Formats: sequence, C-alpha cells, structure tokens
Amino acid sequence: MAAGKVEKYKSDGSLGGNALEWVNARFPATSLWKEHLSEYYAPKNFNFWYFFGSLALLVLVIQIVTGIFLVMHYKPDAALNANGVPVAFASVEYIMRDVPGGWLIRYMHSTGASAFFIVVYLHMFRGLLYGSYRKPRELTWLFGVGIFLVLMGEAFFGYLLPWGQMSFWGAQVIVNLFSALPLIGPDLSLIIRGDYVVGDATLNRFFSFHVIAFPLVLLGLVAAHILALHETGSNNPDGIEIKANKDANGIPRDGIPFHPYYTVKDIVGVVVFLMVFSAVLFFAPEGGGYFLEYNNFYPADPLKTPPHIAPVWYFTPYYSILRAMVWNFFGLDAKFWGVVAMGASVVIFAFLPWLDRSPVKSIRYRGPIFKTLLTLFVICFFILGYLGTQPPSPMGELVSQICTLFYFGFFLGMPWWSRMDKFKPVPERVTMK
Amino acid sequence: MKKFLMALLFAPLAALASGGAHLDRWPGGVGDEAALQNGAKLFVNYCLNCHGASHLRYNKLTEIGLTEQQVKDYLMFTSDKIGDQMTVAARSDEQKQWFGAAPPDLTVISRARASEMGSGADWLYTYLRSFYRDEKRPTGWNNVVFENVGMPHVLWQLQGIQVMNPETHKLGLAVPGNSLRPSTTRRFPIWLPSWSGWQSRTSCTASVLAGSFLLSWLCSSCWPMH
Repeated sequence: MAAGKVEKYKSDGSLGGNALEWVNARFPATSLWKEHLSEYYAPKNFNFWYFFGSLALLVLVIQIVTGIFLVMHYKPDAALNANGVPVAFASVEYIMRDVPGGWLIRYMHSTGASAFFIVVYLHMFRGLLYGSYRKPRELTWLFGVGIFLVLMGEAFFGYLLPWGQMSFWGAQVIVNLFSALPLIGPDLSLIIRGDYVVGDATLNRFFSFHVIAFPLVLLGLVAAHILALHETGSNNPDGIEIKANKDANGIPRDGIPFHPYYTVKDIVGVVVFLMVFSAVLFFAPEGGGYFLEYNNFYPADPLKTPPHIAPVWYFTPYYSILRAMVWNFFGLDAKFWGVVAMGASVVIFAFLPWLDRSPVKSIRYRGPIFKTLLTLFVICFFILGYLGTQPPSPMGELVSQICTLFYFGFFLGMPWWSRMDKFKPVPERVTMK
Repeated sequence: MKKFLMALLFAPLAALASGGAHLDRWPGGVGDEAALQNGAKLFVNYCLNCHGASHLRYNKLTEIGLTEQQVKDYLMFTSDKIGDQMTVAARSDEQKQWFGAAPPDLTVISRARASEMGSGADWLYTYLRSFYRDEKRPTGWNNVVFENVGMPHVLWQLQGIQVMNPETHKLGLAVPGNSLRPSTTRRFPIWLPSWSGWQSRTSCTASVLAGSFLLSWLCSSCWPMH
C-alpha cells in the first residue's frame, strides 16, 4: 500500500457505523475496500482492451458456481449401465434432461469453457499491444502465465468427464505424449492415467483434479495476479507510469478510483459479454461443433478409434505445433520434439518481459517492425489454430511448419528486432484517443 | 494379426472419413408435429426392439402433442409406467452375440452424426435410403453411407429392395415396397430423422424462450446508456 499509515476507522454513531468500527478493529475491511477499489487509482485512459480482465473473473465465477451444481448430479464412473451406456455419459444426459434447469447449468459450463479462453486470449493480446508485461509488472505477467497453464490443465481434465469419444481419445492422445519423454516418459504417463489404458481410474483422478486441485491453484494464482497488479498499478494504452506524476495528496494525476469509475465501465462490458454469451448458450450451444464436438455425443468406446481426433479449438494452435515437428533430432523421436515444441510454445510467453528490449511499451509509440510482426504472429496463431482442427495433410503440414517457425522466430528474435524499430516520442501524460 | 483385426474394425470409419459418401439434404422441417408423431411410431415399432433411447422418458412424448393415454396405448410395449426410460428388452450381451456389436443407444445419435458434411438429420435421411442387397454380408445387407453396417435393413418391407448397379455404383429399386402404405413408404426417411433430431435435443423450446427473454432484457438495459 502506498500510504504507510492507515487511519483507524471512526464510527459516526449510527448502527451501521458502529458495526463497521467493530469489524475494522478486528479485520481490515475498510482498508481492503479502499486499497483495492475505492482508492485504487487506475489510469483514466483505459480502452476496449481493458474489459477482459474483469470478464475473465466473471467467467471464473460462472464456471465455479455452475460446476458446484454439476458435481451434485454428475457421476465419474466408466462402467456401463443396464442400457449399455457408460454411467458418466448417461449422468450428463440425465443432467440435461431430468434435472430441472440442468440443461442450462451444463450449457453455461460448456460454453463458459470456450468463453474463458476467448476472454483470456484477448486479455493476453492486450498485454502484447501495450507492453503490460514490462518492468515493473513482470510478476503480474508470470502469475498470469501460470493462470493460463492451470486453465489449460483444468480444461483438459474437464473435457474427459462427459466420457464421449473425443473425451476418451483426446485424453488418450495427450497422455500418450508424455510417454515420449526419455527415461521417465512411460512411467509418467502410467501415473497420469492410473492404468495402462484410459479408464475408470483415469476418469476418477481427472474428476478430482478438475473439481479440487486445479481450481484451488487457479484461485490462488488469480489472487496473486491481482495483488501483484495492485502493488505496481495498472499499465495503460500509452504505456506510461502514472505514478511518476502525482498531486500534493500523492494521488496520480492521470488516475481515477477504480470504484466507481471502472466498476461502472466494466458493467457495460459485462452486459455486452452476456449478450454474446447467452446468444451462444441458448441458440447454438454446440458452437458449430467447436464448443461441443459432434463426435463427443458418442459414448467413449476404447475399441473404436475415431478417424480424426481433434482437440477443442482453444488447444488447436499448440496441437498444430506438435504435429509440425516431424524430424528425429539427436536420435530422439519426432514425437518427443513435438512435445517439446508444444510445451515451449506455451511457456515462451513467460519470457516476454525479458525478450522485449524496446525503449517504449505501447504499440502507439512503436514502429512498423513491431506492428508488422505482431500482425503476422496473430495470423500465424489463427492459421495454426485452424490447421489443428483439420485432419493431417501434406499441405497443412508444410504451412504449419512455416507458421511454427515464425511463431518461435517472433519470440526468439525479439531481443534484436524490438530494438531496431523506429519509435515515436512518448508523451508525459496519458492521452485520451 | 492384431493390427490386421484393428484395421478391419476401423475400415468402415476410415472409408466414411475419406469423404466418399455424399449426404442428401433432409427435406423435413423442424417442429413438424405430425412428422414427429409418425417418427415416434416408426421408432417404437422398428428401432426400439434393439436400440434403446434410454436417456428419454415416455412422458416426454406429451411434448409432441400426444396425451399420456395415447402414449400408453400406442407406443409403450416394453414398459407400463409413463415415467420409465425408453429402454430395450433384449440384453446387450446377447445382442452382441447376434450382431457382433451391441446396437448403440440412439437417444443422441442425431447430434453425434452431425459433421461438416451435413446435419445429423441429413446423415440419417441418406443412411435410411442407402441400404442395398449384398450377399457377401452376413445379414445380406450393406449400406453406402455406413459401409459393412452390422444392422440388416429393418425397414425393407416399407422401402422395398435396392440393388447396386455394378457398373455405375448407383442404387436402384429391384423390388418395390409396401404398396398398401404408399405415404409411409415415401416418407419414413423424413419422419425418422425428424424424431431422432427431436429426441437428441434437450429443452429446445425452453432454451429459445429463455434466451429470447434474457437477450431482450439485456438489450433494453443497454438503452439508457445512449
């Protein structure tokens, strides 16, 4: 907290005031409220891109609340019921048909998973646009990368639970990837599965990870992400430190209290988000086969490999990078290098604060090199994402190799190209364009 | 040997994936109550002997314009409680012996069969019209869309017998179907997908109603912002 000394809260004599004084003598309610909301000064020039942090929090709440109700009726059991359908698969249909309002809860949760990734990808892209990861916000960024990794795990574990064909075979493919690691690989994949094949043991442990372990870690990381952000203060579209220019009271001249100014602004974002969210949820919950894959309406069958196994859309860029690696290097299998490349393509985001050597943070004052490369990076990301949904083809393989090369080139070349650009002078105060 | 068996097992899937089959567009309309009721009747009489619709309960049929009494009198053969699930009397392990594989539950088949090639209804519409005589198969039947299908053509008496022209690989009717029921003969491939689509979807009406209400509320709440 900026001010070293916090004044003790004094009641105004009313009943509410007395109660608050009683609480504040025992718990920092008022000072927490002030520190993180009413006296947290955020730059006054936030734009469209600054909606997605609070939206990610909203989706997290949606997922947790709907998840609680789903667990009340869902059964993680791979055994076949009297009708020859796996119990887990049947319990999802039971939620959709026999539990009052269950279809709504389930579709909120399945649509929420895709919404989470859309919102988080846009939130990360904002970081790239305005250099939000740069000093002094490196830890905020690192906690964020942690959140992204845990979110991927959470989505992966959760996708097994409906116990459809894609659930089963997707888990089979991904867990098998770990067996490509030298020495520990085969044992590692055995430990993850809890069996020699994906089965009841796998379903039960994935359920446990999905509803307990990963949400706990996720909540901790989200708290750390916000605490770190509030320590340094938010970046802004100009990439200027507003704390460098304070008035006589120590308040940044370009800052406005988060509450009520940004809480109200964020409500607008929430309303627009809910419109899009409910349009998908109520009218097209399958998302054209991208949010709920058609093949997943077949119950899991260990004896029938689907002709084409594709992960859900939010994993497809990394899946393409995995498939792009087709060469055996240093006596190690191509599959191993695929796993390494796939892992690296996610983890490499963590190094951005140290890869970017540009003298300015925001895209507004960076030159054509950054703008061109960032545009190409986004295009590559989309192409990789598209190719990951498609069955393998020679043409697709070549294109995904080129895009993978560019993907890593973008990051690994950054220490050099980020310095070479033509920069514009950065203003003293934030601008309102 | 194992690999060879696996290859045999997946051959029909692989053939389907290679996109050899073209799907015809299902000409029916969603929410056509008469088609749904006819589809339900056909499903109960022809399909439900082997395939369950175990996620669905009989009392749900009141949503397609039938009374509970009508459902009990005309559609319930395996059960006498209106709240029961639409299950099969035959045991799945026995069926596995008869057909080589237990006939799958069909409640959500229409959603599962959707693909880039067409909707689930398109697939079913094409599939139901694509059976032909094939003496090489144990059942004497094969299917263009679902190669080496385990199921014989259960509806052959309605449709008649199709054979494949060895030259053009086109199907032609060798023996006509039931001339006493021309309407059913013509329309069963439309009615069954209609029913199948309905039973695979959940709370469709409720969803559209709730969605329309929520969206208009959200839109109206935006109005004062301007």
